[in-house]
Formats: sequence, structure tokens, C-alpha cells
Amino acid sequence: MAFLEVRGVRKAFVTPRGTTDVLGGVDLALEDGEFVAVVGYSGSGKTTLVNLVAGLLTADAGEIVLDGERVSGPGPERGIVFQQYSLLPWMTVHENVALAVDAVNPGLPSRDRRRITDELVDLVNLTPAAWKRPRELSGGMRQRVAVARGLAMQPKLLLMDEPFSALDALTRATLQDELLRIWGERRTTVILITNDVDEAILLADRIYPMTPGPAATLGPAIEVGLPRPRQRRHMSLTPAYQKARQALVEFLKSSVTKPPARLGPQVA
Amino acid sequence: MSRTTARSVLLPVLGVVGVLVIWTVISETVTKELPSPLKTWQESRRYVLEPFFKDGEMNQGIGRLAFYSLVRVGKGFLLALAIGTPLGFLLGLSRSFHQSFDPIVQFLRPISPLAWLPLGLVIFQKSEPAAIFTIALCAMWPTVINTAVGVRSISQDYLNVGRVLKLSRFKMLTKIIIPASLPYVFTGYRLSLGLAWLVIVASEMLTGTPGVGGFLWQEYNSLVYSHILLSVITIGAIGFTLDRVMGFVEARVRAV
Repeated sequence: MAFLEVRGVRKAFVTPRGTTDVLGGVDLALEDGEFVAVVGYSGSGKTTLVNLVAGLLTADAGEIVLDGERVSGPGPERGIVFQQYSLLPWMTVHENVALAVDAVNPGLPSRDRRRITDELVDLVNLTPAAWKRPRELSGGMRQRVAVARGLAMQPKLLLMDEPFSALDALTRATLQDELLRIWGERRTTVILITNDVDEAILLADRIYPMTPGPAATLGPAIEVGLPRPRQRRHMSLTPAYQKARQALVEFLKSSVTKPPARLGPQVA
Repeated sequence: MSRTTARSVLLPVLGVVGVLVIWTVISETVTKELPSPLKTWQESRRYVLEPFFKDGEMNQGIGRLAFYSLVRVGKGFLLALAIGTPLGFLLGLSRSFHQSFDPIVQFLRPISPLAWLPLGLVIFQKSEPAAIFTIALCAMWPTVINTAVGVRSISQDYLNVGRVLKLSRFKMLTKIIIPASLPYVFTGYRLSLGLAWLVIVASEMLTGTPGVGGFLWQEYNSLVYSHILLSVITIGAIGFTLDRVMGFVEARVRAV
């Protein structure tokens, strides 16, 4: 049994205009310490998958088991970096991170909790901005805070939901490099959700392509055979990179022309 | 002085002068009973220039009278917040509480202070607590309703952060729900304070307690009409100032 197992997970949303099948039987397995990416088109159901694993939503069918425990609700052992950052605007950078540190370390003396918070703020290079509020920060800095808060939960599994999609290309590249460095130091198990094929190959050990919805499923995993530690430069020229990229793009393209079978009852 | 600041000073002054002119004309032509601005000033001089003199229970400087009214409004307003804020949070947080009590809130909200005051007198048998009861009961609704709306419109994103961190109910309240709804709560406070000040005059008139409203009613009965105008202007000035102060506080809360 894998560290994280997602088996046959389905989710539909009922709206006044009918039922929308978002996920139609998703399977995914992850080992401890792995960095896995899920790549798919916008609107295919990636965020729904994250919310299901996080426990913020409940699946209609199937099950999600993390480290032998069935997921039945949200909890800090499945830390999450939200797409829209979700920083609390009335708190400073330090306080936003401290909220998570304090929540998962209730038994620790306040001096130690403070030290952990300081370290995390430093890890994402935000010590000079520690006492600023989110509205005083750039998008890249906000996302760094969100990453620090996600790590502060000391999660068994860190879920990252398109963390860099709202950033400009240069900032995105910087943050990808930083994430690569941080992951090298911490080796947290990560599921990264993204619509950026190159981002997925740069960061992940394994990539699951997602078919476009409705009733999205995951295609067979594609191994990224690139050695670590990785460097962005020249990487795109290596055969391993080319191979992963080609496999990924081919799957995503073919899944568009061939719409997936609608398995559940469908009301238009 | 630039053009725009000149305009922003000059035009309001022009407006005030215009109103004084119309007032003078009306007092000279239509109703001879209405004192002119000049006469109002002459008869009110002492009340304004020595605002804290005290010759008797109802014959006091306007500053002293305003102070009595402000203290009374302050008590009523604080009582309104003390009841209204938790009530608003409960209405916003609990569906079943909302379903049981929202109809009552909507039912009580439009009842006039003139209706509450006699009831207050019956309950408390004294004019002072009855006045404060009336102020609180009339002023608390904007706080109740704005707080409830504020709580219900908290972004799901913020609540999800709390859910993922498994914050206790208490921490959820103090770290997320209260700070997130604070801008709405303070809008409620500003509107409540405005209402509390509206109610003061009615409650002082009916109870005859010393204060700006009580003074107004007494001077009407003693046929000193210029003092009615003095009271009206004082009430307006204080109401305006209170609103500005609360508006400033509200803006500070919103800025965070």
C-alpha cells in the first residue's frame, strides 16, 4: 500500500442547472518523499482533486488513504498552498506563518514556536518583510508566505494548487527555483497541481496528466528521469526532459480530441 | 491657495450664508414667531460663550447640557453594542439561531423610540434607565444586522485556512471570524451611534431629563423659541461630529 492512495474518486457538483461530473474515477498513488505533479487544462478539476485530498470536500465515491488513515476531513497533516494564497490580510507575514506553527505545535514553549516561525520566514527569504501585511507585498512575496505557511503545518503531504499561476514569468521562474531548493532541504512529500508542463517536469519526480473534464480522470504516470539536484539551465535540452515533455503533451492533446466516456448519470 | 481648495472652502461657506439669509427672510415675513439668526444669537450668547454655567436644573450652559446628553447616549450606545455585537455574531454563525431569531429582529427593528420609552418607564419606574433602555433598544439593530452580514460574507478561503489548521472554535473566532468581519461590525457601530443620537432627543423630551433634548422641550414650553434653534443647531453639530469620528475609526479598521 502506497503512502497516499487515491482510489476511484468521483465528485459531481449539483447546481440548479443540473449536475456537473467533475472527477470521474481518479486513481493516484504516491510514495513518502515523492514530488508528484498533476498537469491538466484549466477547469478540468484539478482544484477539486486538491480539495478532496485536503478533506475540504467529500468524495461521492472512492477513497483517499494517507499513511494508512482514511481522509475524512481537513487537517494540517495535509498542508495546502492555496492558488489564491488565502493569506489573512489582518496579520503580518510572521503572524500568518505563526498561526500555522502554533496550531500544529500546541505543546511547544512559545520561544521555540517563535524560533520555528523565524526559520520558516527566513527559508522563503522574507525576513526583511516579516512585519509587513499581505497587501504591502508583491504577488511573489505573498506566494512565498503561503509556501512558508504550508511548510509550517509540518505536513506528511503538501498540496500545492497552481501556486505560481498568478505570477509573471520571471517571478514564477524564481519561485520554482526556490521551491526546488526548499524541497531539496526538506524533502516533504508534495503534490503539485499545475497547467504548466515545463514547471511540472522541472519540479516533479512523476507526472500525472489529467484529462479535460467533465468526468476527468488521470492518465498513466510519466516518470521524469532527470537526476537531482536539478538546475534549470540546459535541462530542457536533455533527452530525459524531451522524452517526458513529449509523452505529456501527446497525452494531453489526444485526450482533447477523444472526449472521455461519461460514466455517471448526466443531466445537461 | 489652489483653486480646488478655494472652492472646497468657499462653496460650503456660501451654502451656510444662503441658509442664514433664507432663515432671516422667513423670520421677517412668513412667521414672525421664528427668531431671526441674529436674535437667536443674542438670546443664546451666554449659553454658548459660558458653556458650563449652571443656574438650575434646566438652565445650564449648552456645553453642560450636551455633556449630559452625550453621557446618556454613550451609556445607551455601549449597551447597544454589548447586546448587539454578540447577537449579530450568533445570527451570523448559527443557522438555527438565525432561523429562530431573525423574524423577531425584523419585527422589533422598525419600532419607534416613542413606543419603547413608555414601556421602559413601566419596567424601570425611573426616567434615566428608561431613556438608556430606549436608546439601546433602538440603536442596536444596525450593529446586529451588519455584524450578522459581516460574519456570513467571510471569504470561504479564510475559513478553509482555519479548517486545514484545525483551529479550535475559540481560535477560529478570535483569529479569523472576528477580524474578518470587523469592517462590517464597525459600519454597524457608526450607524448605531447615529441612531442613538437621534433617539436621545425624543427620550429626553418625554422624560424631561436635563440634556439638549430636555432643554429644547422646556424652552418650547417657556416660549423661548431662540433656544429651540440653539438646541437644534447643537444637536446637528454633535451628530455630525460623532459621525465623522466613527467614520474615521471605521476607515482605520477597513485599512487593515
